[in-house]
Amino acid sequence: MNLEGLEMIAVLIVIVLFVKILEQFGLIEAGLEDSVEDELEMATVRHRPEALELLEAQSKFTKKELQILYRGFKNECPSGVVNEDTFKEIYSQFFPQGDSTTYAHFLFNAFDTDHNGAVSFEDFIKGLSILLRGTVQEKLNWAFNLYDINKDGYITKEEMLDIMKAIYDMMGKCTYPVLKEDAPRQHVETFFQKMDKNKDGVVTIDEFIESCQKDENIMRSMQLFENVI
Amino acid sequence: MAAGVATWLPFARAAAVGWLPLAQQPLPPAPGVKASRGDEVLVVNVSGRRFETWKNTLDRYPDTLLGSSEKEFFYDADSGEYFFDRDPDMFRHVLNFYRTGRLHCPRQECIQAFDEELAFYGLVPELVGDCCLEEYRDRKKENAERLAEDEEAEQAGDGPTLPAGSSLRQRLWRAFENPHTSTAALVFYYVTGFFIAVSVIANVVETIPCRGPTRQPPREQPCGDRFPLAFFCMDTACVLIFTGEYLLRLFAAPSRCRFLRSVMSLIDVVAILPYYIGLFMPKNEDVSGAFVTLRVFRVFRIFKFSRHSQGLRILGYTLKSCASELGFLLFSLTMAIIIFATVMFYAEKGTNKTNFTSIPAAFWYTIVTMTTLGYGDMVPSTIAGKIFGSICSLSGVLVIALPVPVIVSNFSRIYHQNQRADKRRAQQKVRLARIRLAKSGTTNAFLQYKQNGSLEDSGGGEEQALCVRNRSAFEQQHHHLLHCLEKTTCHEFTDELTFSEALGAVSLGSRTSRSTSVCSQPVGAGSLLSSCCPRRAKRRAIRLANSTASVSRGSMQELDTLAGLRRSPAPQSRSSLNAKPHDSLDLTCDSRDFVAAIISIPTPPANTPDESQPSSPGGGGGGGASSTLRNSSLGTPCLLPETVKISSL
Repeated sequence: MNLEGLEMIAVLIVIVLFVKILEQFGLIEAGLEDSVEDELEMATVRHRPEALELLEAQSKFTKKELQILYRGFKNECPSGVVNEDTFKEIYSQFFPQGDSTTYAHFLFNAFDTDHNGAVSFEDFIKGLSILLRGTVQEKLNWAFNLYDINKDGYITKEEMLDIMKAIYDMMGKCTYPVLKEDAPRQHVETFFQKMDKNKDGVVTIDEFIESCQKDENIMRSMQLFENVI
Repeated sequence: MAAGVATWLPFARAAAVGWLPLAQQPLPPAPGVKASRGDEVLVVNVSGRRFETWKNTLDRYPDTLLGSSEKEFFYDADSGEYFFDRDPDMFRHVLNFYRTGRLHCPRQECIQAFDEELAFYGLVPELVGDCCLEEYRDRKKENAERLAEDEEAEQAGDGPTLPAGSSLRQRLWRAFENPHTSTAALVFYYVTGFFIAVSVIANVVETIPCRGPTRQPPREQPCGDRFPLAFFCMDTACVLIFTGEYLLRLFAAPSRCRFLRSVMSLIDVVAILPYYIGLFMPKNEDVSGAFVTLRVFRVFRIFKFSRHSQGLRILGYTLKSCASELGFLLFSLTMAIIIFATVMFYAEKGTNKTNFTSIPAAFWYTIVTMTTLGYGDMVPSTIAGKIFGSICSLSGVLVIALPVPVIVSNFSRIYHQNQRADKRRAQQKVRLARIRLAKSGTTNAFLQYKQNGSLEDSGGGEEQALCVRNRSAFEQQHHHLLHCLEKTTCHEFTDELTFSEALGAVSLGSRTSRSTSVCSQPVGAGSLLSSCCPRRAKRRAIRLANSTASVSRGSMQELDTLAGLRRSPAPQSRSSLNAKPHDSLDLTCDSRDFVAAIISIPTPPANTPDESQPSSPGGGGGGGASSTLRNSSLGTPCLLPETVKISSL
C-alpha cells in the first residue's frame, strides 16, 4: 500500500477541518451571513388611498358605494394594492372551467393606467367609474384601450387575435359545440370586417367608436352592467 | 414622529417665548389652527365589541389606517361609529399600540393571523416591541420555513401530474427523480441499486484472503489477486452501468450546470473515475502506488445508495444543518487536544522509553482518552502524567456531550418534516379531488341555471320563481357573467361527460356545420359586446335556441344511435331546428310525448349521479334524456335498448 498517497489525503483532510474550524469563529470569511435586514425586507408595498371626499369628487360613485367597494378591496388586499398574481388568482375563481390568466393579464394592464405593476384603489375606482357610470363614449374608449395591447392607438389583427384567444381560453375544454382551432381567428375576421372601414388592416379609435355606435346590439347592451353595485 | 412627541409640541412652542428677546427679525405668524373641537371620543366597533378612545390617540400614527383618513371608508353614518368586520381580540393589541406606543405579540394566536391583522391596519411588523420581537421573528421564520418546505415538497412530488406534451427529456428526468411513476423507472431503480450493492461487495471481498488450492506454505492471497479476471469483469460491468446512468441523468437534467454541481453527481463521478484512470494508467511501479490509492475512492459508490434510501438523505441533511454545531464541537475538541497533549508531553518528558516522543505523538493519546476509548497503547507513567490524564478524560466527556442535544433536535425536526411531507403527498390526491369537485360544482350549478332558465318560457311561472329564489344574488350574477361569456364566444359550457360524448360524435362528422349555423343566429355581427343578453324578445329567442340546442343535442345522439339513419341536412333556420325532434321521432313513437319528455330533460345534472343507473354515470343531455325517458310512462320498449346504448357511449 502506498503510504504517500493516503498520507497526502490525510493531510488534506486535516487542513480542510482546520479551515472549517477557523471559519466557525469568523476568522476566515467563507460564506455570506444572512443579514438580519433581509428578513425584515419583506417590504410589502403599503398604499393608502386618497380621502373619501376626494375620491367621491373624482369618480361618479356616492360615498356609500365607495365605502362598500373599499371594504371589499381592502379585505382581499390589505396592503392596499393588487399585484398581477393576486389579480389573476381572483379572476380565475370566476371561471373555473378554463384558463383565465391571459385575459386577466390584459385586464390588469387596462386597469393599471400608470403601468407601475400594481393596481391601487384609485386605479380600481377610476376604471369602475368609467365602466359603470361613464358615457357610452368613455366605455367604448375603455374597451378600445383594452384591446390595444401596446397602447399605440391602433388595434392590429395580431392584438385582436391575442385577446380573442385569451377569451376563448376562458371557456375551457368542455364546450358545446367543440371548440375548434381557428374559432378565434374566424371571430377576429368577422370583427375586422365589421370595424375596419377603410380596410387598412388596423382599427383606429374613431373607426371603432363609429362602428359600435352604428350597431344596435352593442348600444343596447351598454346599460347592461349598471346595477353591478 | 414617535408617540409622545406630539403631546409635547405645545410645551416646546410655549417655551419658544424664550427666543423672543433674542430674535433679530420678526418671527413668522402662527399657522391658522382649525377650529379645535376639543378632544373627542371615537367609537370603534369591531365585530360588535365597542372600543372607545380619544381621537388624539389614533392621530399619533398618521400613516396607519386608524390614524389617517382611510378610516372614513369604514364610518357608519347611521350609528356614528367606525365599524370593522375583523377579529376583536386582535384589535385589542392594535389599539394598545396606539395607547402605549409598543406593539405586543399575542402568544396564543397564530402568527399568520396576527400578521394579517397588522397588514390590514397598516402597521409595519417592525413596530413590534422589543419585548416580543424575538419571539415574533422566530415564530414567523419557523412558519415561513415550514411553508416553503411544504411547497417544495409539493412541487417536487408533482410527478403524476406532468403535462401530456412533455418531451423525452422531461419524462426521463421525472422517471429518474420519482421512480414510482412508471414500471420502467422502477426496474431501472432496482437494477442500479443491485449493481451498487454488487460493486461494494466485490470491493470488500476482493481483499479477503483466499486459500489457494496449492497446499504449499499456505500462501494467503487476497481474492482479488487470485481471480483478477473475474473481479475485473464485475468491476467493468458495474462501471458501465454507472457511466450509462450518469450520462442519462446528465442528458435529462433540466439544468445541466446545476446538475453538475450537485452532490449526487459529484459522488457519481468520484465513484467511476478511478476505473477509467486505472485503465489509462501505465503499468509501471511508480505510478501504480497512486493507482492503488485511487481504488480507495471506489468505496464512495456506497454513497450512491442515498438516492435509494431516504434515511441516508435525512442523515445527510441533518449533518448539513448542524454544521455550525459540529464546527463548534471540532473547535473545542481541537483546543482541548492541543492543551492536554502539550501538558502530557512535558509531564512525561523525563521518563525514558516513553511513548510521548513529541507533542503530535501525544495527540493520539489525548484523542483516545477524551473520547473515552482508552486503547492503552500509550499510558502515562509519572504521577503528574496520570493526574493530567484523568483530568483529560473527564473533560473529554463534558466537551463531547455539549453539542449532541442540538444535533439530535435538528435531526428530529428534519425527520418530522419528512414525515409531514409524506403525509401531504398521500393526501394530495384527496385534495385534488376536492378541488375538482368544487370546480365541477360551480359548473353544474351554472348548467342547472341555464336549464332552469329555459323553463322560464315553457314551464309554469311558480316553479321558475322557486328555482330562482334558491340561488343567492352572488350566484345569479356569477351565472349571468358566465352566460355573457358564452354569448361572446358562441360556445356553451358543458360538463365533461357531454363533452366527451360530443367529441365522440363529432367524429361522425355530421355536427359541425349544424353547430356553426346554430351559433350564427343570435350573434349577428359577432362583435364582442353585442351578444350579451340583448332585449327580452331576443333573449327569449336565444333561450329557445339554447333549449333546442340541448334538445337537438339529445335527439342527435338518439339519432346517431338509432341505427344511424336519417342524417338530416343542416338546418338553416330556427324553425327547422324545432322541427327536428318531430322528424326523428316519427321513427318510433308518439312525437308529442317524446317532445314533452325531451323538454323536461333538464333534470339537473347534479341529480343524475344519485340515480342508480349502473351504466350511465350521469351528465347533461344524454343521461338526462335516458332517465326521463325511463321515468315517463311512454311505454316504448323499443327505445329502452337504445337508451342503454346511449349511456354506454
